[in-house]
Amino acid sequence: MAIAAGILTMCAVYLILSKSILRIIIGTGLLSHAAHLIVITMGGLKTGAAPVLEEGVTKYTDPLPQALVLTAIVISFGVTAFFLVLAYRAYQELGTDNIEEMKGTDTND
Amino acid sequence: MSLLHLAILLPLLASLFIPFLYKQFRSVHTGWFVLLVPLTLVIYFSQYISQTMAGETVTQSMQWIPSLGINFVAYLDGLGLLFALLITGIGTLVVLYSIYYLDAKKEALHNFYVYLLLFMTAMLGIVLSDNMIVLYMFWEMTSISSFLLIGYWYERERSRYGAQKSMLITVFGGLSMLGGISILSLLSGSFSIRESFSTLSTYSDDPLFLVALVLFLLAAFTKSAQFPFHIWLPDAMEAPTPVSAYLHSATMVKAGLYLVARMSPIFAETPLWFYLVSGVGMFTLFWGSLNAVKQVDLKAILAYSTISQLGLIMSLLGLGAAALQVEALPDSLYTIATVAAVFHLINHATFKGSLFMMAGIVDHETGTRDLRKLGGLSQLMPVTFTIAMIGTLSMAGVPPFNGFLSKEMFLTGVNQVSESGLFHLETFGFLFPLFAVVGSIFTFVYSLLIVYRTFLGPKQHDKLPKKPHEAPLGMLVSPIFLASLVILIGLFPNLLSNTLIRPAVEAILPQVLAAGGEIDVHIKLWHGFNTELLFTFIIITVGFLLFKTFPKWQSLYHRMPKSFSLNHQYDGLLRRGENVSTGIHDAVMTGYMRSYLVYIFGFIVLLVLSSLFFFDAFAFDVDPLSSISTYEIILVLVLVSSALSITFARSRLTSIILLGVAGYTVALFFVLFRAPDLALTQLVIETVSVALFLLVFYHMPEISRKEERIKFKLGNAAISILVGLSVTLVALASLSQRSFASIAKYYIDNVADLAAGGNMVNVILVDFRGFDTLFEISVLAIAGLGIYAMIHFRKTGGIDK
Repeated sequence: MAIAAGILTMCAVYLILSKSILRIIIGTGLLSHAAHLIVITMGGLKTGAAPVLEEGVTKYTDPLPQALVLTAIVISFGVTAFFLVLAYRAYQELGTDNIEEMKGTDTND
Repeated sequence: MSLLHLAILLPLLASLFIPFLYKQFRSVHTGWFVLLVPLTLVIYFSQYISQTMAGETVTQSMQWIPSLGINFVAYLDGLGLLFALLITGIGTLVVLYSIYYLDAKKEALHNFYVYLLLFMTAMLGIVLSDNMIVLYMFWEMTSISSFLLIGYWYERERSRYGAQKSMLITVFGGLSMLGGISILSLLSGSFSIRESFSTLSTYSDDPLFLVALVLFLLAAFTKSAQFPFHIWLPDAMEAPTPVSAYLHSATMVKAGLYLVARMSPIFAETPLWFYLVSGVGMFTLFWGSLNAVKQVDLKAILAYSTISQLGLIMSLLGLGAAALQVEALPDSLYTIATVAAVFHLINHATFKGSLFMMAGIVDHETGTRDLRKLGGLSQLMPVTFTIAMIGTLSMAGVPPFNGFLSKEMFLTGVNQVSESGLFHLETFGFLFPLFAVVGSIFTFVYSLLIVYRTFLGPKQHDKLPKKPHEAPLGMLVSPIFLASLVILIGLFPNLLSNTLIRPAVEAILPQVLAAGGEIDVHIKLWHGFNTELLFTFIIITVGFLLFKTFPKWQSLYHRMPKSFSLNHQYDGLLRRGENVSTGIHDAVMTGYMRSYLVYIFGFIVLLVLSSLFFFDAFAFDVDPLSSISTYEIILVLVLVSSALSITFARSRLTSIILLGVAGYTVALFFVLFRAPDLALTQLVIETVSVALFLLVFYHMPEISRKEERIKFKLGNAAISILVGLSVTLVALASLSQRSFASIAKYYIDNVADLAAGGNMVNVILVDFRGFDTLFEISVLAIAGLGIYAMIHFRKTGGIDK
């Protein structure tokens, strides 16, 4: 799992470093997937039943990383959505999706 | 918090009220309120005189950061008290003087007095602290307040230049002192000066001890404007004259002397100390007086004269170290240099203070300080003229003023040490008297020049910007007071010898006392015919001859090439420094987002990998890993291949779909990991995200890749592989080792009792960590508002669509 998360991170970083803003957004999406996987594996995998109370079950999977990741999923969605609309508006205003062309124009510094 | 602490902090506390007083009572000059502070303090401190005379000291400590051994220990002994009285005494006179000097209507008085009070606290803190870290803090505070006061008329270019220069040089010294403090405290195990002294013998052989010594001396030399760091002092004269009289002649520049005196018990037995302190001091005395003669600005002469006089005191403190070298000889023999140092310190404060105030009066009443325009003022300003006469004659070392006495003692000290043969002085020992006499001759010359070119000489009142007249009485009170002190001390020097000088000398040379010696201070006006008197005679004769022939040899000064001067070097250094930093800045801050991301990722990789390597943190343990099933292998393959192919995808639709694939695979993983809530959430979110991506991509252009060259891609690939590698390593390491048990047990046990719920993840989110979820919702709300705003409020930037 750790290796899979590592490869995911690698692809995400590669995308973030590219010039196109769309690829950067996809990169952030991938990066959050990678982070979620790492956090959830840190809790230890499949060590017990799903963390819902049940009669007769004594061993549960660690619920804490799950709670953290649940929060993270929602937040990353919010950020992605915001970023997407930002890119859309920036494209409308500036006519480019190339991040290097967006830096400080004369009128819009 | 004792009364002594309160006394140190009183000016700082008072400064809080200054702006309000300034606003509320515009008709009253703010200085009258300020005057109360130093006046109270001088009365408060003078009650300690009887205690220090009896050899007692006062220690009050206040806890500050006890875990680091940093406490605000106020320690008052003879030396500290002498300085405290100087600071508050001269402070009172200077504030009184400033009330008449600074116009209440035109000047920003609240700023001025806040800075001045800040300085007063800083200075008192320096001389009354036993803890070196606290001392350092106050030391830097004086640099800052000096910066603010020099730049008080900040609209003048020269003021800003002078302020910056003094700041750079003195803060450089301060930082080196911090280095010295660190080394010394490592050696001695304490930040306390007295404790470091008591354990001195255990570490004085350490090679680092000499490094600490040099670092401390750098601080002292920069602060006290010793050669070659003296260049900031003449530029500091852009400050208002009360500031020059107070900071740059009577108190702040003497902080360096204080530091040398205070650290003498620790360092003075080292020969290097003797060479550096006395040698640099002596050369500064010579160099300062030589340069003072060529100045044409009244305050510039006084600045160079201050440099030279500080050099004199510095060299005396260095020569006094000889007293510690010879235990067999009668102890009082070499202590005379230290006595002279303390005595001259007091004398210098009196005569130089009065001279600066005189210069201020001349500036104020005539509108210029340029000696080429001044002249013949003696009849118009008789009182100022008298003050100037007393001050300059005392500075020149003419009897019966106090400057004569300390100059005689200075010559005695120099002679004694150079004849002693200590520190291998047989070979070049003659240099000390030589420099001393030459320096004194030039001191005599510029002293006469000040009086002659300002008050005597040809009248040229038409060149003056203002019509000159005598200053108002209030402005004259302070200099008259100081001038009468000059005469009083000159005639009755023994008023001071037991009250102030002896306790101070005892604090500088505790070893002499410990060895059973006694410090006997007895200053006489008449010593009989001896070498010193002969020297004085030579100084006055040669000085007078040089003064008479001054116009003939004045041009010699212009022979010195400009590029050799230290100011030129300083400016060059500053310019080069600016160029280099601009170059680095331009190279690093490209303005491209990508460059910054590369820095960030690069440092992440560097930090993570190096800490894994150096702390041996990497561990790989297979045990906690569970067996891998076929499902998982398939899922991992799908996930990895989709992620990899996004990076190669050419069309945006492919990218979106691949991202969706990756997201859904993650959701499936959550199912396998026994996390049903996560899986549900992930499925919903992924669906919405993909829809949103498609919606936005509909409006966006095709991903263009033509601008990306192969080199660019390779660089990116290298960085991303490294980042991926480090993340993998960290993830593996964190899987394989656990430092402590998970806190999840608490939640599992209490979820039914405390929250009456069955689903632990849900209970944690909405109950145990309810606030976190609330903030999460707020983040979403803010993002939603932002999106709404971006879509609906367009065209606000004035750009046509």
